[in-house]
Amino acid sequence: MTTVHDRGGWPTDEPIDREEHEWADWERQTRSLIGVLDAKGIMNVDQMRRGIESMDTAEYESAAYFERWSASMETVLVEQGVLTTEEIDERTQALRDRWGYTG
Amino acid sequence: MSNHEGEFYDTGWRPKNDVHRDEDGRPHDHPGLQEDTSLGVRAARALAMHELLVEKGVIGPSDVDEDIAARGNVVPGNGAALVAKAWVAPEFKATLLAHPKQTIAEAGFVPEHNADIIVLENTSDVQYMVVCTLCSCYPGRLLGPPPDWYKSLEYRSRAVREPRKIMSEFGLELAEDVEVRVVDSNSELRFFVIPLRPPGTEGWSEDELANLVTRDSMIGVSAALTPDAVNA
Amino acid sequence: MPAFSAGDRVRVRDETPRHHHRTPQYVKARRGRVVEFIGAYLNSETRAHGGDGLPRVPMYRVEFDMTELWSEYTASATDKVWIDLYEHWIEHDRGTGD
Repeated sequence: MTTVHDRGGWPTDEPIDREEHEWADWERQTRSLIGVLDAKGIMNVDQMRRGIESMDTAEYESAAYFERWSASMETVLVEQGVLTTEEIDERTQALRDRWGYTG
Repeated sequence: MSNHEGEFYDTGWRPKNDVHRDEDGRPHDHPGLQEDTSLGVRAARALAMHELLVEKGVIGPSDVDEDIAARGNVVPGNGAALVAKAWVAPEFKATLLAHPKQTIAEAGFVPEHNADIIVLENTSDVQYMVVCTLCSCYPGRLLGPPPDWYKSLEYRSRAVREPRKIMSEFGLELAEDVEVRVVDSNSELRFFVIPLRPPGTEGWSEDELANLVTRDSMIGVSAALTPDAVNA
Repeated sequence: MPAFSAGDRVRVRDETPRHHHRTPQYVKARRGRVVEFIGAYLNSETRAHGGDGLPRVPMYRVEFDMTELWSEYTASATDKVWIDLYEHWIEHDRGTGD
């Protein structure tokens, strides 16, 4: 059995795309947020990896890199009772209202 | 497959730089943001979690910004300086290979945070190439963030199976009698490679040599630049 | 006292525990050689599930011939993969059969 993150040797003819994207601020924030949580002993990098590995296959494969981090952070923080899914839902909606983005 | 990154990035939405903040770090409404209307749901949820964690006092209001600032200056040039010094000073190279963490710290750089760091030396007989098939382990405290391609599913899939083809795509045609060692990173260790010193660089200064050391050559997918390449 | 030394022939355990682990599928059940014992490290398999990672586990750098991993690998007979594995993932390779 192979899980979605365990990519070594998977057959693919896809070339390696060497174009670099410019980091969005939310990506820097997400990377650093997880770094802060790690430094404070709230969520270690192994938990972060495990959370990524538990993602749904389709989402793992289509998600951008830091979207995986976000998904994992949510998994671990909810599991540990630091945050609840409901309050994340509510706050996400509040941000939507406050800043007027869609997506 | 591609990362579909073009669909998610460069939304023009700039919470950190463009949003006015209260003293506790909460953003005010900002009229300019009304024009920016797309942000992936995972991105939005990360920002929501950030706000909640600050409000609950789990983290401090400026912790994230401070971390961003602290990481901001890490560039591949840090590694290049170490490589150049290793090329000109055999004793330094021996120490770097034998006691990497301590030597990197003594040279004024941050070795790694959550892991040990291992330095590997490419020679005329052996070419190391680093990958992390399971995630994206990379000596980011020393070299800066990994390139997007290093984190891509394509590189993670192909590196352990067809390294020479990848090197060829990156411009390095290796002789068959050079032994390729693909190093698949473990979570507890980070690897960086001292590339082969290019011929025609005898007598060059460390600064001049460091200009030849590319990020990709320290991952091992390509060689250091040649003098011709920089003078062209 | 590490159970393996440089040069030992080893085989990677062919197991897929449900918990987080850092032994990739492509080396499972494959035969390799210990390059060196590299120290005892926190156990990421327990840390990933909220543990403290103790006791530390001996880790070994193990090399695999590409031809052992990929039957179609023809680029060079001496090409290899190096990977660091926890002691509980490897066993002495005493036979030629499975």
